[in-house]
Amino acid sequence: MLSLTLLSIPLAASLLLLFTRGGLSRNLALVFTLVQLGVTAYAYTVFNAAGAAPFDFLRNWSAKPFLNVHFSMDGISMLMIILSNLLLPLIVLSGYNRNIERPHIFYSLMLFMQFALNGVFIAFDGFIYYIFWELALIPIYFISFNWGGENRAQVTLKFFIYTLAGSLLMLFGFLFLYNGSPAHSLDWMSLKSNPSCSCNQSWLFWLFFIAFAIKIPIVPFHTWQPDTYKAAPTQGTMLLSGIMLKMGTYSLIRWLIPIVPAGFAEWQPLVISISVAGIVYASIIAIMQRDLKRLFAYSSIAHVGLISAGIFAMNLSGMQGSLVQMFSHGINVVGLFLCADIIFNRTQNPNVEGIGGIRLVAPQFATWFMVVVLASVALPLTNGFVGEFMLLFGVYQYNTWLSFFAGLTVILGAVYMLRMYQKVVLGKPMMENMVFPDLYWNEKLVLITIAVLIFVLGVYPSPIIELTEPVLKTLTK
Amino acid sequence: MNTAIEQANPQNWYLLLSTVLFSIGVMGVLMRRNALIILMCVELMLNSVNLLLVSFSAYAGNTDGQVFVFFIMVVAAAEVAVGLALLVSIYRNIGTTDIDVLSKLKW
Amino acid sequence: MDNFLALTNLIQPASLLALFPLLGFFVTALFGKSLKHAAGWIASGMILISFSISLYLFLNLPGEASLNFNLFDWIKWGSVNLSFGILIDHLSLIMLLVVTGIGFLIHIYSIGYMHHDEGFTRFFSYLNLFIFFMLVLVMANSYLVMFIGWEGVGLCSYLLIGFWFKNDAYNDAAKKAFIMNRIGDLGFLMGMFLMLFHFGGLDYTTVNTAAQALPMGNELIVSITLFLFIGAMGKSAQLPLYTWLPDAMAGPTPVSALIHAATMVTAGIYMIARSNILYAMAPFTMEVVMWVGVATSIFAAIIGMKQNDIKKVLAYSTVSQLGLMFAALGMGAFASGMFHVVTHAFFKALLFLGAGSVIHAMGGAQDIRQMGGLAKYIKITWFTFLIATLAISGIFPFAGFFSKDEILAVAFASHKEVWILLSVSSMITAFYMFRLFFLTFNTSFRGTEEQKHHLHESPITMTLPLSILAVFAALAGFWGMPAVFGQTHFFATYLAPVFEGSKQYLGEAHEASHDTEWMLMGIATVAAIISIAVAYALYISKKWLPETDEETTGLAKWVANKFYIDELYDAIIVKPLLVISDIFFVLIDKLILDLIVMATAWIVGFTGRTIRLVQTGNAGFYIFAMVIGMMVLMFFQLVY
Repeated sequence: MLSLTLLSIPLAASLLLLFTRGGLSRNLALVFTLVQLGVTAYAYTVFNAAGAAPFDFLRNWSAKPFLNVHFSMDGISMLMIILSNLLLPLIVLSGYNRNIERPHIFYSLMLFMQFALNGVFIAFDGFIYYIFWELALIPIYFISFNWGGENRAQVTLKFFIYTLAGSLLMLFGFLFLYNGSPAHSLDWMSLKSNPSCSCNQSWLFWLFFIAFAIKIPIVPFHTWQPDTYKAAPTQGTMLLSGIMLKMGTYSLIRWLIPIVPAGFAEWQPLVISISVAGIVYASIIAIMQRDLKRLFAYSSIAHVGLISAGIFAMNLSGMQGSLVQMFSHGINVVGLFLCADIIFNRTQNPNVEGIGGIRLVAPQFATWFMVVVLASVALPLTNGFVGEFMLLFGVYQYNTWLSFFAGLTVILGAVYMLRMYQKVVLGKPMMENMVFPDLYWNEKLVLITIAVLIFVLGVYPSPIIELTEPVLKTLTK
Repeated sequence: MNTAIEQANPQNWYLLLSTVLFSIGVMGVLMRRNALIILMCVELMLNSVNLLLVSFSAYAGNTDGQVFVFFIMVVAAAEVAVGLALLVSIYRNIGTTDIDVLSKLKW
Repeated sequence: MDNFLALTNLIQPASLLALFPLLGFFVTALFGKSLKHAAGWIASGMILISFSISLYLFLNLPGEASLNFNLFDWIKWGSVNLSFGILIDHLSLIMLLVVTGIGFLIHIYSIGYMHHDEGFTRFFSYLNLFIFFMLVLVMANSYLVMFIGWEGVGLCSYLLIGFWFKNDAYNDAAKKAFIMNRIGDLGFLMGMFLMLFHFGGLDYTTVNTAAQALPMGNELIVSITLFLFIGAMGKSAQLPLYTWLPDAMAGPTPVSALIHAATMVTAGIYMIARSNILYAMAPFTMEVVMWVGVATSIFAAIIGMKQNDIKKVLAYSTVSQLGLMFAALGMGAFASGMFHVVTHAFFKALLFLGAGSVIHAMGGAQDIRQMGGLAKYIKITWFTFLIATLAISGIFPFAGFFSKDEILAVAFASHKEVWILLSVSSMITAFYMFRLFFLTFNTSFRGTEEQKHHLHESPITMTLPLSILAVFAALAGFWGMPAVFGQTHFFATYLAPVFEGSKQYLGEAHEASHDTEWMLMGIATVAAIISIAVAYALYISKKWLPETDEETTGLAKWVANKFYIDELYDAIIVKPLLVISDIFFVLIDKLILDLIVMATAWIVGFTGRTIRLVQTGNAGFYIFAMVIGMMVLMFFQLVY
């Protein structure tokens, strides 16, 4: 029943917020996300003590077609739930000093998003999973559309239709599996135990993979992403990059591998090469990006490229690394986009090359920004390193050369991040009359929390690994 | 001297009649330009079908067809009400019910 | 049993050793504002504590034992367990003493040197962080933990080179250092993957045991060692990854002394010495290491002859000396290489600190063409600088003489051609060091009146470290007296247990006879003295002055411009990368990939736009179409 609690709190909060106004909305939103975080912490202890049983929820929805409402939990789900419910208070808090119009709708949509994301991560029936998967798209569409920046209508429409088109392929996949399976069920267990005939799997793979690849996004399905990240309001970008793209990588592990194992094995060499090429490609593009948010978007593409390469390496190191990195990347990317937002909010200048000299006026900001940058270039003792090391080793176990090319991210990441940092933060101010107040309390709180998480997970990543290892061992066998 | 139709089934007369009625309706809908008359022709078509249903109902000896007739009559009544209301409204605004003039809903 | 007890007693101090600088970092970083200049003393105090602990360990580590323990499991998955562990043995102890000892002196020196800088506390927090990472590097018991320190010192180097962040040239230098190091780090990472995959672990014990099960010269070991050596090339500024080190002189001078001369840049040598078994098993790699070292040594020495910035000269001499150390390692003389690391740390730190004192006196100027005759204004600096210059030139009995001579002797015994090249490099070193020395301290002052007025000796916090280092630069060589003097080689004996494992692979060491050794020493000394005499003749007797930049022509111009290597890298790597980045973005991303997506959308839109023309708005036509449609359907129904 804990599953329902996890779902109902954000949903109820989302509805409740519609009836509030002004400052109350954001305060309530923060309170509810914190309550949800508390429940998550409790759920974590329950999960550690009693396993999945307290989370299992299975009811028949309709007899024909045979559909179940099935929620459950395993280590991977738990990790993703922790990630999303940990990030949401931070995301809400980061917008505290921003002037958001109609805050009640804004925060209501955010909590609705949280509801949908939680649903995606604990759904164990294909149909329910698909519903939540699509549900998550709706609030983020409205958030980007209503509160976004320049060119938002066109960009959000593109994003919406692109991802929707991908999801449609997945729906076809599910329908085929439903009709094809003898049990006529989309339940995860039954899909896993009766995989469809390998003759079909080789194309079924693509139906699912493209849906996930668009969401992640893996090059060459990424073109919606930089524009959307730029156009969406920062909180929306954080949701997208911090949590929503993890839906894709999560689904690779949760759905793609168990239900089309033969297709997965068949296309593994191709897809892993694409992912690795995507890392290098996106890293190189990031070097010359003039727009800060777009630069981070490309760096994010490079990072998730490595994550998917690790998953497709299909060994324990790669998988485990991908989970660690999904968690770390979620934290780091929220930090990065917060920093981008702070800069844009104060200077109104998106151009990397036109700012400079921030360190002189805002040393605290410069310091925390540096910490996040270092985590994202994977310096040892930050969370980024643990994941990257395991991922690269996973890819190495698959193929030496691929790991070398994937490893170029170590160099290129340093190149684009340090170039950016130097141009934006160091040097002399390029803008006249730049007013750049140092961090406000809420920004400082968020950045310090992120920094603490960065170092704690960098020095002591074991909880993540221990949480997910039993599941992965059954998967990689 | 019985025609082939008579010999086969008295039902055929009903068939013939409703076909004729239906065709008149169709032709009316196609040929006439006045929306009011088109509406009436649609009614005619519906009623021709009603006739057929009733006759088959009698032929088969159960009431299924008649139940449908009631449905159709209710729907037709509602449709006429809405349709006429629309027409009145259109006539008040535009001053005509000629469907060749009423071609604003294009592209 | 006694050993065991003694070792367990050392666990606690060893675990705490690195934490004091870290504590210092946090204190100075968080409370810097309120501490003001006290931060310098707190930071120095932390290093002093670490130094005392190192000394305590040095004195109490029983016999040939080593202390190896794990603190906690860091990354552990599947069958892989990468722990955070500490190894204290004779090799790490030597490095610990050097790092904390010289580190402490440089901290003290910095209190004087950085006194007027607005970033005073920030400087000390970075320095403390650096010492922390350096200690982690040295004390690690596995390659992964070493890598923490390895990257960590790279980070601190980045932060400290770009310490004056308002200047974009400095920031560029910092960024360059970090990225060049990262290139090496990728090699290091690949080496680690190979080891982890084939040996199942990354701690030295596991790796060495597993490696020794393989045949010598095995392909696997050769690739591992080559990859690790790429890492060392980056960190220790060897060809072709050396260009960051001269640029790194943008940092404050104490940083150049500590990081870019005495400690961090020797990490590569330490790493190879630490992996001596692996390297000894890979003769091919040894050959590579040796030749890279020799080439770097000569190459950097040649560039050093034409540099006019006091710190640049020292930077190239550092690169050159590092090359010498790698050459020693490549010939299997691990102990000699380490010995040179230690003596070099003393005299090169002293040279840099002396240069800092000169710059301090000159009010920031670094060009030796504007100096001259400083000896009478800054006596202590002059005297200590002289000692260091003699030491680096290899004059008896200063420290450099013994360590350099040892390497040359090894080279003479095994590779005559290397011996010749290294001797040439040493001669050049002696020449340009005395060129630097004479131009700075002798003849008459060439700067402006204002500068002349400003000339003064540095405060005690700066001169005291100079004097202490001078003592070591003069005397440290006696730890490694060659056999001909009838003394035991303390240093080599002390390190012997560390290099025990590699002996069997290196074959018989060519012991040079005493007569040969006397001869070699004689040749080296005579060569150095000739170089010095030439420098004296040119720059004192003839009062030559280096020409201005515009006057430099021909070959000299090539040398003065460092053979245009930086420009070469810029043209073949940096620029193309930037262009490719733009091409990828504009051409592939925007034009091709996005075009496919947008074209799909356009096709849908176009179809819609075309088909909607059917909607004429004529109700009669719609009905007609409907009826026709129904008839067609009925027809099909009838036919099929």
